[in-house]
Amino acid sequence: MSYRIPMGPFHPGLEEPYKLEMICTGETVTDAKLHIGFNFRGIEHLAETRNYIQVIALMERVCGICSNIHTLTLCQAMERLTNLTPPPRAQYIRVIVAELERLHSHVLWAGIAAKLMGFKTMFMTCFEIREKVMDVLQAISGNRVNYAMNRIGGVNRDIEDPASILKMLEALEREMLRTIIPIFTTSTTARSRCAGVGVLTAAKAASVGVVGPMARASGLSQDLRRAAPYAAYEEMEFDVPVQTEGDVRARLLVRALEIMESCKILRQALGKLPPGEIFVPVEKYAFITGTATSRAEAPRGEVMYSVSWREGSRNPARVHVRTPTYANMPAVRWMVQGARLADTPLIQASIDPCYSCTDR
Amino acid sequence: MKLWKRLMCTCRRRSPWLFHMNSGSCNGCDIEFVAALTPRYDAEQLGVLLQGSPRHADILCVTGPVTRKAADAIKTVYAQAPGPKAVVAIGSCPATTNVFIESRTLEGPLGRHIPVDVFVPGCPPRPDAILQGVAKAAAILAERADHPPAAAPVIKPDAVEVQR
Repeated sequence: MSYRIPMGPFHPGLEEPYKLEMICTGETVTDAKLHIGFNFRGIEHLAETRNYIQVIALMERVCGICSNIHTLTLCQAMERLTNLTPPPRAQYIRVIVAELERLHSHVLWAGIAAKLMGFKTMFMTCFEIREKVMDVLQAISGNRVNYAMNRIGGVNRDIEDPASILKMLEALEREMLRTIIPIFTTSTTARSRCAGVGVLTAAKAASVGVVGPMARASGLSQDLRRAAPYAAYEEMEFDVPVQTEGDVRARLLVRALEIMESCKILRQALGKLPPGEIFVPVEKYAFITGTATSRAEAPRGEVMYSVSWREGSRNPARVHVRTPTYANMPAVRWMVQGARLADTPLIQASIDPCYSCTDR
Repeated sequence: MKLWKRLMCTCRRRSPWLFHMNSGSCNGCDIEFVAALTPRYDAEQLGVLLQGSPRHADILCVTGPVTRKAADAIKTVYAQAPGPKAVVAIGSCPATTNVFIESRTLEGPLGRHIPVDVFVPGCPPRPDAILQGVAKAAAILAERADHPPAAAPVIKPDAVEVQR
């Protein structure tokens, strides 16, 4: 006999409200239904009532974890509409902040995954290391969460002393290499809890259309930083880690390896930081009529903005956002089928869900 | 009896159990709230323990501007927490709905739905500020433990008005 188990909307495991209804036979999940919309704030509609300065502050608050990538993508789209090109120093600063954000997001995810595995010591360790990333971000932007770094045609704050940031980064990398990476790659606790759980095959991943680390853990090599470089990614050398197993362990490994790649990119960007202006000084932004789209690789995958404008207007005519979790979420249904009930929180968390992005 | 009451007050103040509720926030306050529980800020030195169920909680920590879908759920969760209880509103969103003001899908601010004791403003507030808010709520909780009927709210729901 099958029965239904509702989980949520207010969850002990995860931060955000959503509801998962699981249909189980015994301990095995046969199907799942996802209810979202608890975070629907109507941001896309609100954006139409805000002017070009306010809309950046609004879009920063689509998501608190990947706040920078949202403004970066939006500013890139608005730069296309105003025909502005940010100076090289601004491009580099954008890369630095985006990579630091990826770093803190992945460490945060590692912490939450560890907590759901029942590995609470690791959760605390991850968050302690994450605080060091937050220190770097705070030193650069003055803020811990909403950095307010991007503006149309550049960035708001300069990195005056890259050498000191580099020093902080080295300490961080040591810490990662010493604790986080070995524990997640070699620890038997992590392996026995994650290996073979929530498998998403490459064929299924392609047909569902997953993005980001989810796709890379299922053997699909895709990364916008390489496929369609934006900001200064063209000048960076890095690898795109790909795993083929498609289980939770593969996702863990992909993110752990991405942490190291991010450190590599950061070191290059801080070392080569070109001199010059950090934004284009403009008296009045001249928006043209039309629609511009822009894509960027957020910590969770591809984020796309489509911004429409009417000439002479202060407000955008339409801002459309496509967020990575929205693309990844349908995969949960295929991953939990056949899984044990106790594994479902970990499987859900393995897509690194961000429901405030999804619902907006 | 007096001694018993005093003991209860101290116990309430020294071991508040928290329940965290996201009413449509952007995650920013939520990660800062989690950061407040972890070693750098270490909320556990206040005797704080995060609980998975509102039925075990003394203090409800609410983030977010209260979306239409979450409004009812919040009232349910508030009713489920046993008294005496206190509510901490974390961030500017539950206080004023912040940048999302005038959104048609919001039913905020939080004060319209449940009584709020402590507001921690900021977008998002720093973990230290959240800790201070929780400590204040624990003191309020201790007062209420002394007078169980005083489980009444400090700020009445209709006392909160937001200028639009």
